[in-house]
Amino acid sequence: GRARPSHSEPRGRDGRGGEEEEEEGWHQLYPGHIPTSPLQKALLAAGSAVMALYDPYRHDMVAVLGETTGCLALPNLRDKMKNHPEGYHILQERPRIRLSTLDMARLRGLPDGSLGREYVRFLENNKVSPDTRMPPKFVDDEELAYVIQRYREVHDLMHTLLGMPTNMLGEVVVKWFEAVQTGLPMCVLGAAFGPVRLSTRKLQVLATELIPWAIRSGLNASCVLNVYYEQRWEQPVESLREELGILPPP
Amino acid sequence: ALLSRPAGRLRACRGLAAGPEMHFGFQTVTEEERREKIYQVFESVAKKYDVMNDSMTLGIHRVWKDTLMHKMNPSPGTLLLDVAGGTGDIAFRFINYVRSVRERQLQRKLKHHQNLSWQEIFESYQKDKFNSLGDSQVVVCDINREMLKVGKQKAQHLGYSEGLSWVLGNAEELPFDNDKFDVYTIAFGIRNVTRIDLALQEAYRVLKPGGRFLCLEFSHVSNPLLSRLYDLYSFQVIPVLGEVIAGDWKSYQYLVESIRRFPPQEELKAMIEDVGFFKVDYENLNFGIVAIHSGFKL
Repeated sequence: GRARPSHSEPRGRDGRGGEEEEEEGWHQLYPGHIPTSPLQKALLAAGSAVMALYDPYRHDMVAVLGETTGCLALPNLRDKMKNHPEGYHILQERPRIRLSTLDMARLRGLPDGSLGREYVRFLENNKVSPDTRMPPKFVDDEELAYVIQRYREVHDLMHTLLGMPTNMLGEVVVKWFEAVQTGLPMCVLGAAFGPVRLSTRKLQVLATELIPWAIRSGLNASCVLNVYYEQRWEQPVESLREELGILPPP
Repeated sequence: ALLSRPAGRLRACRGLAAGPEMHFGFQTVTEEERREKIYQVFESVAKKYDVMNDSMTLGIHRVWKDTLMHKMNPSPGTLLLDVAGGTGDIAFRFINYVRSVRERQLQRKLKHHQNLSWQEIFESYQKDKFNSLGDSQVVVCDINREMLKVGKQKAQHLGYSEGLSWVLGNAEELPFDNDKFDVYTIAFGIRNVTRIDLALQEAYRVLKPGGRFLCLEFSHVSNPLLSRLYDLYSFQVIPVLGEVIAGDWKSYQYLVESIRRFPPQEELKAMIEDVGFFKVDYENLNFGIVAIHSGFKL
């Protein structure tokens, strides 16, 4: 459903007792949802873009940018998922990738080269956790909120599938891939501006090998959100890459 | 002693757990919930408080606070209580003000010392030098530990130490004796007090006879066009600034809502008079966006 933004107008004031008005004029669609007007979204998009560039440690700003600019790309993604049997399944069941839902011991016990084993290896090597993904706040449709949440939680799996680490270079490569795959403006901006902070040597490798590969893979591959990863932990990464259409990394 | 609780003061038990309904911004909550929520708001904004103030008001809050200090016009030897003084803005201005007044005093004194010997001038200068504040003192009282922490750090950073103390306390129940202070200020704090009447009563109690009450707070804009623009800015821009700068939309949403909920100029004036203050008056700044209320205990 759609939400109405909080155009709170000053009501008749009252010090205490019993002034009942709609709770803050909000129509919260999901926990953590903050309805916003178009003007607020525009301001947020601009502000978060500037802040994300100014202070790269503000991951929350990148998240906000994604939410406020995704109004075209997100419905697109959702439709792609709806029209695919596995994607449809995901939309129905709404699985979440979190430390509490993952059986880390079991995944660690899987054979090398399997998705589960490599994913856990990736998390441990890079010292990251799936629980640090921000929940959406400014998406005004709860199904789309799930879609963006899913995109965020699947991001680490993208790293695993592409074999890219979480340093600046690896992140940029993954962003290029995601930009082509999802069309999210935030990915496009991240892909375009990310390289700004890299050394020339890295930029060269990036431009000549990694980005073209990422783009080709992104175009070639079917939609990565249409994969029910939680049911494929045992599948070897190679086989999943082939199935999706991700070209072998350089 | 300054800090002892007044004897025999009873706090009426009002079943705080399931208290009367109150407002928190535009939400309806119980008294206890409101205190809790407000505490959390300031805990979360403390570190970015000053940055946010500058961003939201485009630096104009500094002018407002300077105006308050000029209105107060404290002379050296004044004992000031700054309630909800958190990050110290008023306290530091007070110290600067009395210091400069004191300096002028000293200069004037020196001019009169033309007939004295160098030795005598030197001695009197030494004596006064260690009294650069002229015995003025400011006590900063705040209910929130985080805000006090930020305030103390700022003081250290900026080099303020003399004549300054920090006390954790509740405006509704101040940890001070009766008739102790020359001036009581509360700048952008009374809006967040759950029982304004109690805070005003306490202000009256701790002031000396002849003491002055000063309140700097957001108020109501009566001009309709300006009011619309102000609302637009408040509700559309400020929460966005909160999210972008401090990563905290909700605290700043609360801020703009609490401003709308606060009593307007005349009503606050009446409340101040009710408590016993005389010569109560207010001055609008920026068309009523902010107002300074003043009253005297006689």
